[in-house]
Amino acid sequence: MAASDIYKRGRKLTVDRPVTVFLVALGVLLLAELVRQLLFGQVAVSRVIGVVWVGLMRGLVIGLAGIGLSMTYSILNFANFAHGDYITTGAFSGWSVTYLIAGGFGSRADIGALALVGAGGSVFGGTLGINVAATPVAVVAGLLVAGLTTVVLTLGIDRTVFKPIRGAGGIPLLITSVGVAFALRYLILFVFGSDTRGTTAAGSLPGIRPYIVDGTVLFTAHDLTVIVVAGGLMLGVHLLLQRTKLGKAMRAMSDNESLARITGIPTERVIRSTWIIGGALTGIAGFTFVLWKGTLSFNDGWLLLLLIFAAVILGGIGSIYGAIVGGLAIGLTAEAAVLWIPSGFGRAAAFAVMILILIVRPQGIFSGRSTA
Amino acid sequence: MTDDESSPEGEETGGEGPAESRQRRGFDALFDSDAIMLLALLLGIYAVYVVGGVVIGFPLRGLVNQLGQLTFWIAVFGMGALALNLHWGYTGLFNIGIVGFMATGVYVTAIVSKPVFGSGTSAAEVGGLGLPLFVGIVVGMVAAGLLGLVAALPALRLRADYLAIVTIALSEIVRFTLLSDAVSKGTFGGYTIGLGGGDGVILDFADPHEAFVKALSAPFDLILGTEDYLWEEIYLGVLVDAAGAIIRPNPKPVVDNFFYAALLLIVMGGFYALLRRTGNSPFGRVLKGIREDEDVTNALGKDTNLFKIKSFVVGCALMGLVGILWFGAQGSVTPNTFRPRITFYIWIALIIGGAGSNTGSVIGGAIFAAFLFQGPLYFKNVVETVLGNPEAPASFGAAMAQVGAGDVVPFLLYTLDSLRQLQLVIMGLVLIWLMHNRPQGMLGHRKEIASSIPLSRPSAPAETDDGSVATDGGDPRE
Repeated sequence: MAASDIYKRGRKLTVDRPVTVFLVALGVLLLAELVRQLLFGQVAVSRVIGVVWVGLMRGLVIGLAGIGLSMTYSILNFANFAHGDYITTGAFSGWSVTYLIAGGFGSRADIGALALVGAGGSVFGGTLGINVAATPVAVVAGLLVAGLTTVVLTLGIDRTVFKPIRGAGGIPLLITSVGVAFALRYLILFVFGSDTRGTTAAGSLPGIRPYIVDGTVLFTAHDLTVIVVAGGLMLGVHLLLQRTKLGKAMRAMSDNESLARITGIPTERVIRSTWIIGGALTGIAGFTFVLWKGTLSFNDGWLLLLLIFAAVILGGIGSIYGAIVGGLAIGLTAEAAVLWIPSGFGRAAAFAVMILILIVRPQGIFSGRSTA
Repeated sequence: MTDDESSPEGEETGGEGPAESRQRRGFDALFDSDAIMLLALLLGIYAVYVVGGVVIGFPLRGLVNQLGQLTFWIAVFGMGALALNLHWGYTGLFNIGIVGFMATGVYVTAIVSKPVFGSGTSAAEVGGLGLPLFVGIVVGMVAAGLLGLVAALPALRLRADYLAIVTIALSEIVRFTLLSDAVSKGTFGGYTIGLGGGDGVILDFADPHEAFVKALSAPFDLILGTEDYLWEEIYLGVLVDAAGAIIRPNPKPVVDNFFYAALLLIVMGGFYALLRRTGNSPFGRVLKGIREDEDVTNALGKDTNLFKIKSFVVGCALMGLVGILWFGAQGSVTPNTFRPRITFYIWIALIIGGAGSNTGSVIGGAIFAAFLFQGPLYFKNVVETVLGNPEAPASFGAAMAQVGAGDVVPFLLYTLDSLRQLQLVIMGLVLIWLMHNRPQGMLGHRKEIASSIPLSRPSAPAETDDGSVATDGGDPRE
């Protein structure tokens, strides 16, 4: 009797939601394949752990940057394609300050070269010995400046570009944001140049290298920095949105803007607060990302943007927890996919996950919980 | 977001008072004929370029080459904008993965039409199937259309912004696939083929225009018993020789450029005719209905999903063709050419011209090509020649250092030198400006008559009533 019940339910599930069943089957298959590879020693346990760890770090950065995108997406109702270049702006402004401080304001290298983050290979982060343990003041100052600059930038762009066409609808705003993205990215290229520079001194970076089962895995102080910064900010945003009136106002606005305004919510002020919070998180995410991966180029934010979109959509637009969980899932997918498929398809796999989610569950995992 | 290319002049003014109508007619008459407007625009663009060239004393060869290039870009962006117009202008499908379909078209054409591996003197890493070029083009278009179908089946149910993200992600997936080592080379059924990985593929098939002319000469060959009559006798014998009188030495590359560009203009005309025909057909009216209100169209008994899929697939195939014609004549392609930037070029062209309007698409393509894409580089050329090719600072820092010393000239030179990058800033600003001030573009939002026959009364001298348009089927009211 019980067996036939299970059979019936399984049959019903297969008929009603074939895609879900297929996805579950695919997941089981992939896991089985991984276990097989582990058992036969084709892939080392330490490698799996290392890949997962890197994926989680990347995911934290994506999630942190995704919070801002998710908030503006749900409150202003448009997909902001300039978000990636906000990340880049934050990274460059913050790193400019970090270079200046670590370079002793021109005492250790040309001050112009420092301010331009070593454009054209004029000065290297490694030479300046920058990392979170060796130059903590420079790193923290850069972190703060990155957040601050991005806030100013987002507010300025909102005032001049997005505000005049606030009511135009999602698509015109999206197209406009593409224009903003282009202008920003190539202005950055114009000023800072096109070279990818190494920003940190990896050699002197403290870290541990424990032996796990069959090999070593590296955990560095920058991993810890990512965890502290991202975790702390995520907690802060959570408290802010749960405990303050602002959070309630944001939730109200993302549900129904006209109704919110009628109720007496100062919508423009809420929008401004949204940009401030989102901009700060975005800029800091950009700075932290560069600190963690150790290179900086004018394309970084743009290359991260689609992954952030994937994370935000996966988690459910407007949901803070969604952005975090989505970020972790997407970061993990992009890194860990190389265990099954050829390297080079990692990001493709993350995009594929996003497309699948859009098809199966377009409202995302954490749907129905706007802005918190 | 509509246009009116088919209606005879005056329809739009049918409902107005006679005096006002006459006045507007006088004003509109100048622009009523889209062909004249387009021609005037093109002539203006060429005039600007020629003047610029004469000012700096460009050698004739360089000037002619420049104009050929310009024509090529106008045709390419015109075609791209037209294909996108089918998606966005007609059906309201927000596709920002254009470059993925272009890449698919080019690469599939390459696989089909490249010579078989190891044959001839080709140094290419991978071979192809060695089929004629036109087969390759058709297969490339079909492949782009199929990719569109794969994307469309699930994605068209989504909201416009989700469709946007899906399509751009798809175009990146295509690029990653082309970059991957896993599919860069392989042997299938005795053929060594592949996508070439990061190095790209060498497009060592026949030059498209040469293949075209040779195909055209088949009937002549049959009658005259010659071989490649049109190519050997007319093209090489007459055209190139005639050009040799003006441009020497070696006029063939210049003629090739011009001929290929002209060929593309003709193809663009084909795109235009196809889209116009589509727009005026019942099929096109359903598409426009979907754009305006999908639910209502659905309620009228149209299977909107099917219509959207058809429109999407056809548009994608056209985009594939644009890609083939754009990159097919360049000798080689690499995957990183196909970055999302190209997608936005075409979007900017369409938005300048006005979504929904075919003439607007062509005009937008021409303006984009002439003033945003080629213009800054040409301007840079002209100014640099006038200034005698001065040495520009190597970096922003070097330029600013001299500004600090009170000398702004190096900074201006650096700006000029960086125009290739700054032109993208200009494009972004133009896009923002357009969305603020004229989101419908130059020719968007024109009135459109839903009926296939003229609705204005042929001759109504006494029509001085309330000026309302007949809504009752056109019977005279008492």
